[in-house]
Amino acid sequence: MAYFLQLVFAGAAQGCIYALIGLGFSIIFKASQVINFAQGELLLVGTYVVASAVLNWHLPFLLALPLGLLVTIVIGLLFERLVLRRMIGRPPFTVLMITIGLDIILRTLVIVGWGSRTIPAATPFAITSGFNVAGVHLGSSDLWTLGVTVVLCAALYYFFRHTRYGLAMRATALDQEAALAMGIDVRNVYALAWGLAAAITTLGGVLLAIDSLAIDPNFGNAALVAFPAIILGGLDSVSGAVVGGVIIGLTSVLTAGYESRLPAVVGTGLHEVTPYLIMILILMIRPYGLFGSRKVERV
Amino acid sequence: MIATKEPGRSRLRQELPREAEPPHLLGSLARWLWLGVGVLALLLFFSLASDDWFTIVNYCLIAAIATLALNLLSGYTGQISLGLAFFMGLGGYTAALLGGNPPAGPLDPWGLGLPVFIWLPAAGLVAALVGALIGPSALRLRGFYLGIVTLALVFIGNYLFRNLNFITGGPQGRNFPVPAFGGFSLDQQNSILGVALTSGQQYFLLILVVLLLSALFVYNLSRSRVGRAMRAVRDHEVGAAIMGVNLFEVKMGAFVLSSFLAGVAGALYVSYARYVIPDYWSLSLSIQFVAAIIIGGIADVWGSILGAAFVFALPQVIDYFSLLPPSTGGGGLSSGDLNALLYGLLIIVFLLFEPGGVIGLVRRLRPGGPRPQRLGTGASAGAATVKEGGESIEVVDLQQHLPGPGEERGSSGTGAS
Repeated sequence: MAYFLQLVFAGAAQGCIYALIGLGFSIIFKASQVINFAQGELLLVGTYVVASAVLNWHLPFLLALPLGLLVTIVIGLLFERLVLRRMIGRPPFTVLMITIGLDIILRTLVIVGWGSRTIPAATPFAITSGFNVAGVHLGSSDLWTLGVTVVLCAALYYFFRHTRYGLAMRATALDQEAALAMGIDVRNVYALAWGLAAAITTLGGVLLAIDSLAIDPNFGNAALVAFPAIILGGLDSVSGAVVGGVIIGLTSVLTAGYESRLPAVVGTGLHEVTPYLIMILILMIRPYGLFGSRKVERV
Repeated sequence: MIATKEPGRSRLRQELPREAEPPHLLGSLARWLWLGVGVLALLLFFSLASDDWFTIVNYCLIAAIATLALNLLSGYTGQISLGLAFFMGLGGYTAALLGGNPPAGPLDPWGLGLPVFIWLPAAGLVAALVGALIGPSALRLRGFYLGIVTLALVFIGNYLFRNLNFITGGPQGRNFPVPAFGGFSLDQQNSILGVALTSGQQYFLLILVVLLLSALFVYNLSRSRVGRAMRAVRDHEVGAAIMGVNLFEVKMGAFVLSSFLAGVAGALYVSYARYVIPDYWSLSLSIQFVAAIIIGGIADVWGSILGAAFVFALPQVIDYFSLLPPSTGGGGLSSGDLNALLYGLLIIVFLLFEPGGVIGLVRRLRPGGPRPQRLGTGASAGAATVKEGGESIEVVDLQQHLPGPGEERGSSGTGAS
């Protein structure tokens, strides 16, 4: 039982990380109907900058984190301003491909700049820190992950509901032309969405790096696991991203924890594909996800 | 039948501006001239090139077959796919299972020892069959969703390939069969009609034949009624459906044919590489082919070949001339990194400024050449796309591909088949 609770705790924490990364996807998708394939590499650049700042330049973690966030926000804003703004009205195929282009560039720059070796991740916690409750070890990093996610979601809720810019973003997502007619600068909304998404995703990446202790150039693939999370929750639903993330995190960690007890025929690495299997199942039954808006298409 | 014919259509057709020349397969003098230059260049390369160059070119030609496969699905039909690596892997392991040696060791886990003219087509057929099984559920999804599902396919495939040890050899990989025709095994020097040929030259001939067949097939398909239906689906799904195109049939056809070509390319790759690990069939392999079709040219046979050459041969050429220090894993610019940076950048530049790719640029700069192909606006937004810019271009494009009077008889035959 303690083992199960331990897995549930770890799964919830990992799910929160997927939720944060997924939030990045859905904020951009909601604002501009673009799936940002380069999200994972924004996260990669961010975690490498934070790791370098702490390990090589000996900055305190709390100074390194904003530096990493700043770098990815700037990359996100530049890409939005210089490239994506020219792509408004182009087919989704083209826009997806162009974010793949950015993905390749960022990943290669990380390999060129830092090498393809594994490097230790920056962490403000000692590995063993935390406390035990009823035989379950609650690690500091996991507790912080849960706390940060809850606070961030509350802040986002407040932002979208009760602030000027949050309202502008929701209006743009609902009807771009009506928003324009109401005097909302839609271009600023796009920029805001990209900046916000880059920062939230990077935060998720840094938390994941703390959890996994080390990073390498494949670290950005974590964002691909957030795909099932947002599809599960519904692409355009912000709360769906959180629920989807937690479900994916739980199933993935529970599968990993019990994999050795399954029959030998399942082999190894099943937990890496369970998120995708769940996603395909959801897409077959409910293609708009659990919380997504059901688009009516009539011809 | 892909499209239905109504009696009123012929009148409509005559009112449309006819800009495209009537199609000729190698019609004009200039084309014969170019063909001659091409054959001469091939012959010169074949007799003069070193083994290293054959290795570079052979891999590149195999990649060109897979690029054609992706172009058929994504370029001509507009269906985003990141799953090409999965179908290539299927082809590769079918080749291994049918053509491999009988169990000999950990690197030769299983094999029926069948000849190449069975396992090479079978590799394509198995990939096509799996494509036909997955297609009906995957193709219900559009745009991004299809892209993400095919991405999932790569990861699920990777899990299967790593665990089906008796076929794939597990994580440490396995050996693959060498094509052999009668007594001639392609990994040895053989003399054919009195001419001694190296292993690289023999592979070159085999791969070139398969590439030529694939290219001719895709080229002819694209100019047929089916090809026009594919482009119509890409440019505007709703519009195509209204014109009587069966969306499901066209998408399924493209998906299955693309899987077939990918399977054949995968089988050729493994039989040339001789040894492959399951991790080779990764997402980044799929993405390289996406880069190849965008840089070379969307919906273009020559574009596919140029794109494959750029993405898959350039790093080897840079290494051959030792232009950059070898990769050490400790950072610094290696040939592969330089190439990745270049094609990442070129994807963005081409999509922004010349969506037709290199071949679009060439065709546009050539005086009197046909207009460049353009990407469609896609139909996922439904009625909303009507408001957006660029729509009129797509309609013109559709009209261009309506058959001229001379072409009608031949094309309706293709449509009925």
